[in-house]
Amino acid sequence: MSTYPENFRYTKEHEWVRVDGDTGTVGITWHAQNELGDIVYVDLPKVGAHVAERGSLGSVESVKAVSDIYSPVSGEIVEINDELTTAPEKLNHDPHGEAWLVKIKLAAPDEIKSLLSAADYQSYIGAE
Amino acid sequence: MIKKTRQHISQNESLLFEISSPGKMGYQLPELDVPMMDPAEALGGNTRAEIEDFPEVSEVELIRHFTRLSTWNYAIDLGLYPLGSCTMKYNPRINEVVARTEGLAWAHPYQPESLSQGAMEIMAELERCLAVITGMDAVTLQPAAGAHGEMTGTLLIRALLTSRGNPRKKILVPDSAHGTNPATAAMTGYEVENIKSNEQGMLDVEALARAMNEDVAALMVTNPNTVGVFEQYIHKIAAIMHDKGALVYMDGANMNALVGIARPGDFGIDVMHLNLHKTFSTPHGGGGPGAGAVAIKKELEPFLPGPRLRRENNQWHWDYDRPRSIGRVRSFYGNFGVLVRALAYIMAHGGEGLKNATMDAVLNANYIRKLIEPYYKIAYQAPSMHECVFSDDYQSKKGVRTGDIAKRLIDYGFHPYTVSFPLIVHGALMIEPTETEPKQELDLFADAMISIAREIEENPAIVLNAPHLTRTPRVDEVTAARKPILRWKKPAESQVRAKPGDLRPDVPAREPALPASVR
Repeated sequence: MSTYPENFRYTKEHEWVRVDGDTGTVGITWHAQNELGDIVYVDLPKVGAHVAERGSLGSVESVKAVSDIYSPVSGEIVEINDELTTAPEKLNHDPHGEAWLVKIKLAAPDEIKSLLSAADYQSYIGAE
Repeated sequence: MIKKTRQHISQNESLLFEISSPGKMGYQLPELDVPMMDPAEALGGNTRAEIEDFPEVSEVELIRHFTRLSTWNYAIDLGLYPLGSCTMKYNPRINEVVARTEGLAWAHPYQPESLSQGAMEIMAELERCLAVITGMDAVTLQPAAGAHGEMTGTLLIRALLTSRGNPRKKILVPDSAHGTNPATAAMTGYEVENIKSNEQGMLDVEALARAMNEDVAALMVTNPNTVGVFEQYIHKIAAIMHDKGALVYMDGANMNALVGIARPGDFGIDVMHLNLHKTFSTPHGGGGPGAGAVAIKKELEPFLPGPRLRRENNQWHWDYDRPRSIGRVRSFYGNFGVLVRALAYIMAHGGEGLKNATMDAVLNANYIRKLIEPYYKIAYQAPSMHECVFSDDYQSKKGVRTGDIAKRLIDYGFHPYTVSFPLIVHGALMIEPTETEPKQELDLFADAMISIAREIEENPAIVLNAPHLTRTPRVDEVTAARKPILRWKKPAESQVRAKPGDLRPDVPAREPALPASVR
């Protein structure tokens, strides 16, 4: 098990976002990687691409399935975590830290208000 | 008690590359009776330098290699093949007899129409039978497989909507769909929107109504769906789509539950594909090729791929004059040999026979469900159709997941069921026995599943480390996917040659570690 950081916001599709100033760092949750199993491939968008709220951010592929990643926020991709393309297993080890996926320049910072808190997310996955 | 045993009679098989020695050959050509050409000159320099280490073996080595490998295989002719959502059904031998008829097996697509009347009649008759079975107005036999049929169907939808003035933007896909459905929608230029299933495992009709608007071109639905549940509100679903000018596409992968009982054309479907290699017993999997016939309602008929069969003066003709057609989707006329087999299956059964097959398929799935439901958690309480879906919820408490159970099933001499699909079921075990399985085989399978459930209670390690009785132990799927080795590399000579006398039989080392309860 892992802890779910209080300063993140979460989606019901199991992504997280951490806001620093006007930038949001996005990843998938511990629960998501645990359900997916061993992750073997990560497909990320290009820097400079624009993404809509709940729009596709790419996909993660495990031995079980390929799953879409949905963006918790809208904005422009300013950085991607290139290391994941050669070391996708990092997503299984540290999904809330080192294995973040993308950084997004927020187009509408208020969007995060509708996302789940750490406590709400944990009760959501507990009830799922 | 051991009721089922497996033994590999073969030796551990080297690759052809490894048994190759230069200069050996498995063929003899007659002496050249035309002037020798220089290939490099004839091909304008487009020749390939000698392929390094291309295998060279004698005929008997080649025959033994592939024959031995074939004995490692599992096939529907050896036992139950319970892969769900795929209908891996027995291929009746009558299909093969008919397909090998000289005039059919050797027919050439460039034969003139006058010499192809029999083949054309077969295709016309198959189109007619499939239209009757599905309750649709017309059928194309061109698509070469299910996903190809989906693409053809979606292009037809786009063509019809474009002719009405707006191709629209989105295709709705339930979260239980085959992955090919959203892929098809994306390939044909549509956005995909997911629709959630409800607690009964059915499409949420209200969620669908909310998602519905004039941007939606179509819904792609599978019925029965991939949890083996019949979408009983399909007529309402179709009405919601039609009210807004959208179409309903049905993925026919699970048609084995409906043939002779219910017709998609009667419950509001506008376009669908049939997997002839699933429902109509033509070879499947590596044996293939497939055939993904597409059936449509009348309004889509002008857009069908050409050429179309046309009857004139008591003769069949190919009609190429199809100005509104989406164009060819395949060379020639589809996988003809497969079409012959499908028609042979339909005609050998007749209407009553097909209906009986459907009822037996549903009966067999429900028989297995009843037998193993005390040991595995059924995913949805709704009645099962031709397949039943469980989750690994009971077993995962002991740390054993669906993939582990599947691997252990191999030790019991069965091909695994479908693992981890559909994705909406946590740790899915999806089982589809099909109609041909006798009660003894179903009992044997259920016994194996129940034994494995017991093993998990008593000694989960045996399941976690399975399979134990196969030629190779559990393969490392993760490393294979993360760091695939895609080309054979010649090992150093010293690593290839065993020392004289350095040979051990394999079997004693692999004596099965079965617990007493299953001996």
